[in-house]
Amino acid sequence: MSVLVVLEQRSGKWNAMSFEALAAGKRIAEAAGELQINAAVLGSSVDALASEAARYSIQKVFTLDHPLLAQYTADAYTAALEQMIRSEKPKIVLFPHTYQVRDYAPKLSTRFGNVLVSDVVDIKNEGGHTVYVRQLFQGKLNVDVRAAGEPQFLSVQAGAFRAAKQGSGQAGIEKFAVRLEETQIRSKPEEPFREAQRSVDLAAADIIVSVGRGIKEKDNLPIVEELARVLGAELAASRPICDNGWLPMERQVGSSGQTVSPKVYFAVGISGAIQHLVGMKGSKTVVAINKDETAPIFETADYGAVGDLFEIVPALVEEIKKTKA
Amino acid sequence: MKIIVSVKQVPARDSTLRVNSEGTWLEESELSYEMNEPDAYALEEALQLRDKLGGEVVVICAGPQGATQTIREALAKGADRAIHVSFEEPAARDALATARLLAEAMRPESPEMILTGLQSDDLGYGQTGVILAELLGYSHATIVMEVEPQANNMVRVKRELEDGWFQNIVLPLPVVLTIQSGIKKLRYATLMGIKKAKTKEVKTISPAAREAHATEAARMERIYPPQRAKQTQILTGNPKDMAHQLVEKLRFEARVI
Ligand SMILES: Cc1cc2nc3c(=O)[nH]c(=O)nc-3n(C[C@H](O)[C@H](O)[C@H](O)COP(=O)(O)OP(=O)(O)OC[C@H]3O[C@@H](n4cnc5c(N)ncnc54)[C@H](O)[C@@H]3O)c2cc1C
Ligand SMILES: Nc1ncnc2c1ncn2[C@@H]1O[C@H](COP(=O)(O)O)[C@@H](O)[C@H]1O
Repeated sequence: MSVLVVLEQRSGKWNAMSFEALAAGKRIAEAAGELQINAAVLGSSVDALASEAARYSIQKVFTLDHPLLAQYTADAYTAALEQMIRSEKPKIVLFPHTYQVRDYAPKLSTRFGNVLVSDVVDIKNEGGHTVYVRQLFQGKLNVDVRAAGEPQFLSVQAGAFRAAKQGSGQAGIEKFAVRLEETQIRSKPEEPFREAQRSVDLAAADIIVSVGRGIKEKDNLPIVEELARVLGAELAASRPICDNGWLPMERQVGSSGQTVSPKVYFAVGISGAIQHLVGMKGSKTVVAINKDETAPIFETADYGAVGDLFEIVPALVEEIKKTKA
Repeated sequence: MKIIVSVKQVPARDSTLRVNSEGTWLEESELSYEMNEPDAYALEEALQLRDKLGGEVVVICAGPQGATQTIREALAKGADRAIHVSFEEPAARDALATARLLAEAMRPESPEMILTGLQSDDLGYGQTGVILAELLGYSHATIVMEVEPQANNMVRVKRELEDGWFQNIVLPLPVVLTIQSGIKKLRYATLMGIKKAKTKEVKTISPAAREAHATEAARMERIYPPQRAKQTQILTGNPKDMAHQLVEKLRFEARVI
């Protein structure tokens, strides 16, 4: 019996979340006692990556090495892992909850008539059985989920488990012979790209004032712009503000925007969904201004002001002006 | 082109989320509802594609009777007709069970394109579209920001990757695309649209109870507010007091301004 952790790489570089999934896998394996923990690496010419993975005190690393896995496609990844899972029969298959995993893991689990328990933040034992904790309503509530069937498919949320460290171990490396035909792959991916050069580099900012949907209307933006001005800060935003075109996309912070780590990050009217948090939780100090005391952002904040931003932000501007005078 | 858009009705963002006494879902009496945000963008994309290429936009929604409010809204914005897969307790199910119901309702329609939102705001599985593609044997792409139909039954889409990266991929029809918010500017329903919606066809499908309660692979056992682990210093007083304390703390405690 085993836990299989599917590690993620692109162009020979790990997605660091892979090792958080590995940590979650170890936790399950240790709690269950008799479970082995193995890892899988998919791609083309992945031997070097496999040797690195072998040092993470696990039992075995499987390589799924094939020219048709060189570039990610949902069809090829699903087919390759399906073959391997049918042959190795792990009890649990674990993924990091990355954009790539979102793209194929639900397809894979459907092939086994099972469902992916996605974006898991914790693993607990409740009355003798394992439950997986997920978030509902973008982190406002939690739910304990009990999974049935075998194998169980899980993906773990970014930052929920502390990444496993390389040990001195030397796991065995086993090549799994994948059979793939070009005709199985329906999509033709082109090279990934970034949009044209950004005109603002939020990563270099010492102070960031970030605004969320709590601002309500575009016409209210001057309120936070004034705060940014008196602080000498860059202005940033959560996704809905950029979706609405109120601020340019390049000012979006989060999993699909920029990752920032300023000395101070002011989250103004931002709820604190995980896709926002991953972009700013490296900030030295986080200040949250939100009228909802249960908003998830307060879990990440060092200082919290619960109340109406339309009252608090202008008061803050006055206060800062006073100290600067 | 025939496009089906799956729209879900979810508790509105600003409603009070109070867990019911059994810990199985929310106190429904305290909820108001709205269309899941990315689904509104999926609908917008479908309407624009139809207006450009011709064809038909059909919306499908699985949920209780009250979900007809969201169906009407989609029709008022311009969808041509709707399918309502009617069942109670949508909260109790997993993504596979929901996708099976939706897939069965969609199959006889044989759409060339199915658009879903990339994630629901309430359950947040982020899976229904991908499962639908697998159940129906369609190709798929997720987190889509642009849709560009091409000649010979292909479509080119721009996908969002992490950290500000993007990727174009080309796929054959029929296809399922999960749409990211922000793809296009949303339209509002016009008065005319609202009036017209009343005359549009809404087909109701009631899956047999047995089917609707098909074995769930993952069961929600208990819902509860998360335990806060971190000690956040909560400032108190009126806005002026809070502002004063905050500036003091940032200057002398955190020493960041
Ligand atoms: C694949 C994927 C990628 C994503 N990428 C990103 C990303 O890169 N960046 C990102 O930000 N999001 C991203 N999102 C979206 C994310 O899940 C959230 O929907 C988004 O971050 C919510 O933005 P918000 O906090 O501004 O809005 P909301 O969640 O609507 O929160 C608004 C907040 O304002 C508060 N508020 C309202 N009025 C006031 C007032 N008068 N005074 C004070 N507070 C008030 C409310 O209490 C609430 O907490 C992504 C989602 C997915 C699925
Ligand atoms: N009950 C439902 N009715 C219609 N569409 C749904 C339903 N549940 C999920 N969807 C669609 O699937 C998408 C992803 O949902 P989820 O997998 O729950 O995150 C949503 O954005 C909707 O487009």
